[in-house]
Amino acid sequence: MEYSPPPFFKQGPSALARMAAFALLSLALLVADAQYRLLERVRYGVALALYPLQLVARAPGGAVSGFAGYMARQENLLRENAAHERRGLEAARGLMRAGQLEAENANLRALLAMRERLPVVSVAAELLYDARDPFTRKVVIDKGGLAGVKPGQVVVDARGVVGQVTRAFPAMAEVSLLTDRDQAIPVQVVRNGLRAVAYGIPTGPDGGALELKFLATNADVRKGDDLVTSGLDGVFLPGLPVASVTRVERGAGFAFARIVCVPAAGIDRFGQVLVLTTEKIVAPPPPPEAEEKLPKGKRRKVTAEPAAKESAGNRAAAGAKGAPDGTVAPGR
Amino acid sequence: MPAPREPEQYLLLPVNPWFIGFTLVLSLMLNLLPLPRDGWALAVPDWVALTLVFWNIHQPRRVGLTVAWLLGLVMDVNNASLLGEHALAYSLLSFGAITMHRRVLWFGMAGQVVHVLPLFLAAQAVIVAIRLVAGGAFPGLLYFASSLAATLLWPLVSFAYLAPQRRPVEKDENRPI
Repeated sequence: MEYSPPPFFKQGPSALARMAAFALLSLALLVADAQYRLLERVRYGVALALYPLQLVARAPGGAVSGFAGYMARQENLLRENAAHERRGLEAARGLMRAGQLEAENANLRALLAMRERLPVVSVAAELLYDARDPFTRKVVIDKGGLAGVKPGQVVVDARGVVGQVTRAFPAMAEVSLLTDRDQAIPVQVVRNGLRAVAYGIPTGPDGGALELKFLATNADVRKGDDLVTSGLDGVFLPGLPVASVTRVERGAGFAFARIVCVPAAGIDRFGQVLVLTTEKIVAPPPPPEAEEKLPKGKRRKVTAEPAAKESAGNRAAAGAKGAPDGTVAPGR
Repeated sequence: MPAPREPEQYLLLPVNPWFIGFTLVLSLMLNLLPLPRDGWALAVPDWVALTLVFWNIHQPRRVGLTVAWLLGLVMDVNNASLLGEHALAYSLLSFGAITMHRRVLWFGMAGQVVHVLPLFLAAQAVIVAIRLVAGGAFPGLLYFASSLAATLLWPLVSFAYLAPQRRPVEKDENRPI
């Protein structure tokens, strides 16, 4: 006669066995996600299922802030109104000339047979939440694939570049901020056209700032210099404000200077952002005839630029007067 | 299930599975709340981990590793972190809680707090270890403040989550609930 334990003791596999199974599964997921990016579909599905919950979770906060906005003091409203008006006037001064300059620019470009800059289409989005993860600098915005947001697109606010879309779900998108550790952005010093790449510093004493890496100790960068995107990567449009230099440390013992800059955009404060959904910024290389028509000095520098093979149009648009990364700018 | 920690010699009512589900969803929504990334927000506890440990200790047959792992996956997607990071941490957390669930309930509230604090710390340490291996930077010791907060909330959460089971079987006028 067979004896088996009463059903009271039957608990399925032991907790240790289950833990081992789940731990192995998690490790497999980790490797698959970190190394091979295999699981975007899984992520997509879970995010879709999570969306209603997130909507519900946000509702009370939205109601509270809506109520607070309704009860805002008139004094504050007046002050804000005045500030907006002032900013509008300041902007108008530039805008009045912008139309004329744009027309002039188009003419000159046509004369030089250069590619015209693509018109920028943008989607306004609102910041939903900070990803609850102290290791990365990512935020989630409320526009996704349905609104035309795709990975790789650039996110800006009123003052400058905020970051780049790294994942797009149907109704949300993850934006890697400029201060994320893995985020790099090609920049150009406005004053002299010197090109460099800015990397994010997520933590530490300089946390929340950017750093210009691999610039020689004698590179012509000063405190207070403004940095804009150079457009060399073909992803970021040229000329968007990125940061301004706050500190330059030149040690005799180091090959590179340590240059710390503060982002121009309110990276940790913004609520409204624009996603620049320009379809195709990377231009095909121009035909050789077009290349011949460029002024001679410019063209030589351009061909010496190794990183610019794939985006000749942008490079020309960005103005190719700077030297390649890590070298001294011309005129020194 | 013995109930030695109940000084009033209550016999708890059986738990309502819907209530467990409700608390888990509620804690998940609390975790989904938008928060600033640093400053005081670092001390906001991981509600899902807290609720998981509670039910793992009190109802290990109903809330086990499977639930923990799935919730971990959901948290990973919400946090935009590596897929499997929270899943692994929550599985280990759950395993720890289930392993010691028979012992913990014999202690008073202070003893329980001492038991759960290392669990939360270990779960956070797992996450930090994964991020360090994946090439992240150490976020600073303040990161672990969230575990401390979760531990401090343990007595409160215990009271709230057990309240439905403490209702009297027969209602009378003096105790309407």
